[in-house]
Amino acid sequence: MKDHLAEIIIAAVIFLAVSVVGFVAARWRRPTDMGHLDEWGLGGRNFGSWITWFLVGGDLYTAYTFVAVPALLFASGALGFYAVPYTVIVYPMVFVVLVRLWSVSHKHGFVTPADFVRARSGSSTMALLVAITGIVATMPYIALQLVGIEAVLKSMHVDPTWALIIAFAILAAYTYQSGLRAPALIAFVKDALIYLVIIVAIIYIPYKLGGWHKIFDAADTKFAKTHGTVLNAGNQWQYVTWALGSALALFLYPHSVTGVLASRSRNVIKRNMSALPAYSLLLGLIALLGYMAIAAKTVPIKTNGKPDNNTVVPQLFDQMFPHWFAGVAFAAVAIGALVPAAIMAIAAANLFTRNIFKEYIKRDATPAQEAAASKIASLVVKAGAVLVILLISPQFSIDLQLIGGVIILQTLPAVGIGLYTRWLHRWGLVAGWVAGMGLGVWMLYQIPNPATNHVHFGGSAFLLSNWFDPTSIGLDAKTQVYVGFVAVVANAIVAVLVTLICRAIKAPDGVDATSPDDYLADAGDSTPPPLAEDQLPEPVPTS
Amino acid sequence: MVEPQTEPVPRGRTGSPWHWLLIIPVVVPLLVFLFNSKNPYILGFPRFYWLQLIFILLSVATTLVVYRLTSGGRSGR
Repeated sequence: MKDHLAEIIIAAVIFLAVSVVGFVAARWRRPTDMGHLDEWGLGGRNFGSWITWFLVGGDLYTAYTFVAVPALLFASGALGFYAVPYTVIVYPMVFVVLVRLWSVSHKHGFVTPADFVRARSGSSTMALLVAITGIVATMPYIALQLVGIEAVLKSMHVDPTWALIIAFAILAAYTYQSGLRAPALIAFVKDALIYLVIIVAIIYIPYKLGGWHKIFDAADTKFAKTHGTVLNAGNQWQYVTWALGSALALFLYPHSVTGVLASRSRNVIKRNMSALPAYSLLLGLIALLGYMAIAAKTVPIKTNGKPDNNTVVPQLFDQMFPHWFAGVAFAAVAIGALVPAAIMAIAAANLFTRNIFKEYIKRDATPAQEAAASKIASLVVKAGAVLVILLISPQFSIDLQLIGGVIILQTLPAVGIGLYTRWLHRWGLVAGWVAGMGLGVWMLYQIPNPATNHVHFGGSAFLLSNWFDPTSIGLDAKTQVYVGFVAVVANAIVAVLVTLICRAIKAPDGVDATSPDDYLADAGDSTPPPLAEDQLPEPVPTS
Repeated sequence: MVEPQTEPVPRGRTGSPWHWLLIIPVVVPLLVFLFNSKNPYILGFPRFYWLQLIFILLSVATTLVVYRLTSGGRSGR
């Protein structure tokens, strides 16, 4: 521990300074009334381009990403680079879809994706399913942020238990007080630190290792048997379906929606779709830290006798950087965990408040009561995340997050397709959700992972040969695909079939509370009714 | 390119056709055969890595062009 004293002190000082920022955030862009979910949970719906860039960037590129993606390249080679196409294709897709969600939410005062589904499909069942899916998928994602902090703590040889509890208690306290303003303000510090660390890392480390070609040579040597620094016939489709599935899942996650709905206008989102890929470039370079670790012969820390690959990046920093800068780097990762964890907790809390508390427990809740319920729910969510990590195991949260990505995708027809067409019948949506969910979880259950001694839920790559001979349709015999992708395709097919049946038997369809113009509304078109009840369609503006 | 704004037309139900350009940066990064090779190397990076990083620029360029082409109308604020 003594060797790491400088690192620990610097990391702790930066961490505490940032925590102060979190508390001060309540005064930043001070609202007239904090006792309102629009203020606490969406930062007043008034963030401009810069704040949104930092907030959404800080939200989507989490500490776990920084730790896990290089770890994947370190362990598996080229496959881990899927994170780059994934975060490249997500923006052009989001550009058109989320702008529509922003407009309709602006018009009707929606706070969560489930609010939208409730009004659009006229089905409270589907809205509840979307809310529960969102909460269940988000919880392990929050826990995963702790895994990022834990990896750093292990590298500094600090006992993670108490440090984790303190870090999350601070996080819970300032999120409770400041709401979405806290992560928005901290995101500035977080991103500045991360950019600093990564830019230094990608110049300094290759320099010390003798150049990029040495780094790629080392990776080639490690993966020589499998030619693992490029894709093979078996994992090509996994690469594509994983990138596509993850991209589709990303903007269905409640926390991405929260970040987007907090922005001021359509143009803020559109501008950000061009500006956010700067983070993808950063991520691509971060991913290559995994190969740098191979070249530097970094040894991951062992936990219970098994190497914990999540410690590869912190170990690399510890090995290559002077102590004081390693401290800065560790603080960057730890703070990188706080921003997304706070936004995720707020998003989950909003879902609970809007779509469970207000819908089923207290229908006449005032905006102040909604804000109060959300604040308490955010505390519960974070306490749950800490307990999962400390009492069960970090691996459990990693497995759950894998499932989370698959299940959140099952809200695609209700949310994503729903933004474009109301053709799908509400019962079709529900049936599709059930089918996709069932198939996805069943497929995940069958995937073993020898590396972690898992018989079930060992990964998200499904061998097609379990079902049929892939060579019969011209694919490689070992072709794997991403479970979430298969499940959401099944979901969509079932939704279409059930819709056709419902139309044939003339089953009553729900009432659509939105009108086509709502999806194009912009700031200034009308004042959004703050958290209004679900309204009837408003008359179409005449000019 | 943008729907005429002189008449009180109902706003385009499907948005501007320029949005279809966005298919390019969604599809190209998923075409594995384009980048699944080591040669040629640039600055020590195998093609698999540098070309996929270049696709980020493709995405930025396309979204910028679409933003410019579609924000001239009523949503230009």
